[in-house]
Amino acid sequence: MNKLSLIGLFGLVVRRDLLLAMRRRADVLTTLIFFVMVVSLFPLGVGPEMDMLRKMASGVVWVAALLASMLSLPRMFSADHADGTLEQMMLAPQSLSVLVLGKIVAHWMLSGLPLALIAPVLGLQFDMPPQALWILVLALLLGTPVLSMIGAVGAALTLGLRGGGVLVSLLVLPLCIPVLIFGAGAVEAVTSGMSVVSNLSFLGAFMLFALVFTPFVAAQALRISME
Amino acid sequence: MQVQGANGSGKTSLLRTLCGFIRPDEGEIRWRGKRVGDLGEDYHAELLYLGHLNAIKDELNALENLQMSAGMAGYQVTEQQAIAALRRMGLQRREHLPVRVLSQGQRRRVALARLLTSAAHLWILDEPLTALDVGAVGLMQELIGEHLSNGGMTIFTTHQPLQVAGVETRQLTLI
Repeated sequence: MNKLSLIGLFGLVVRRDLLLAMRRRADVLTTLIFFVMVVSLFPLGVGPEMDMLRKMASGVVWVAALLASMLSLPRMFSADHADGTLEQMMLAPQSLSVLVLGKIVAHWMLSGLPLALIAPVLGLQFDMPPQALWILVLALLLGTPVLSMIGAVGAALTLGLRGGGVLVSLLVLPLCIPVLIFGAGAVEAVTSGMSVVSNLSFLGAFMLFALVFTPFVAAQALRISME
Repeated sequence: MQVQGANGSGKTSLLRTLCGFIRPDEGEIRWRGKRVGDLGEDYHAELLYLGHLNAIKDELNALENLQMSAGMAGYQVTEQQAIAALRRMGLQRREHLPVRVLSQGQRRRVALARLLTSAAHLWILDEPLTALDVGAVGLMQELIGEHLSNGGMTIFTTHQPLQVAGVETRQLTLI
């Protein structure tokens, strides 16, 4: 019998969550369709004034991405909690933080990554210039992992509570404001001809900071929820 | 060791405390002379816990479930080993069916198949016989007997009498 290493276990959790999502595609698609719908409503509602649309584009896309990622958060741990898998994860002979990180990465690949990839298509509705579209994708790629990571802490804290879905949004949304400001700021900077380096650096820093702390915090929160 | 007691007498709480999910109000849990809180993951490597919940996924088939739960416990199981374990649990030709379509007893058998692939020293089983038929109860007695004769330990709760051949089961009755 081969023992699994830390990285082997991490890979297993990611693969497992992706496999489960493939068997239950509706969950993944709802997030993506919600994002597309919300962003598409704005050009229809505001009307065809190009100047106005161009100005609000990055903010609208970021707010929609934030809301879409909230949509899938309550599901992050609840299914594993309900069928007892979470108990088994806590008894794994490796650190629980690594398993939680695996779940976060899988969550991002299913919610954040698709949003970042489809964003340029939506940006065209707002008449965004090509270089702004590139920066939008880059900023989303840096920012959405932070949303998944902070969201994991919120999801772990509200596990098993009634009405946890709304509560997790209330807990997590305020913490995501910095990501929103710098993410939308990066795109605005490029459209007004300024340097985007500072905004993107901030997003990168948030991501690294969250990467270090959130898996550990979420694992502790899970332990408390299980007692 | 068999833990007995009426409903609500604290059997499950005791087992969950032994696993480390619940911190005891008083006293401490020791494994090989060391506190389990200090041992952490080393203790988990020697422990196999099976609770009321089966910890299997409806969307996956029996084979995938077994391989995933073995992986979660930190070791890899080849397809042959997993199929052999499922066969022994009486799940021939059910290996590739989604667990969703299996009966309650068959799901329990999928969960119990973990016992066959695990190298854990201490088994903690909470009501392992729920939903099992007579044949499977006999099989469980056999499995526990094998585990004990290999030097393993088992703590289980049950309301049914469970005789393990050649070993005297210690009884703990909670009131």
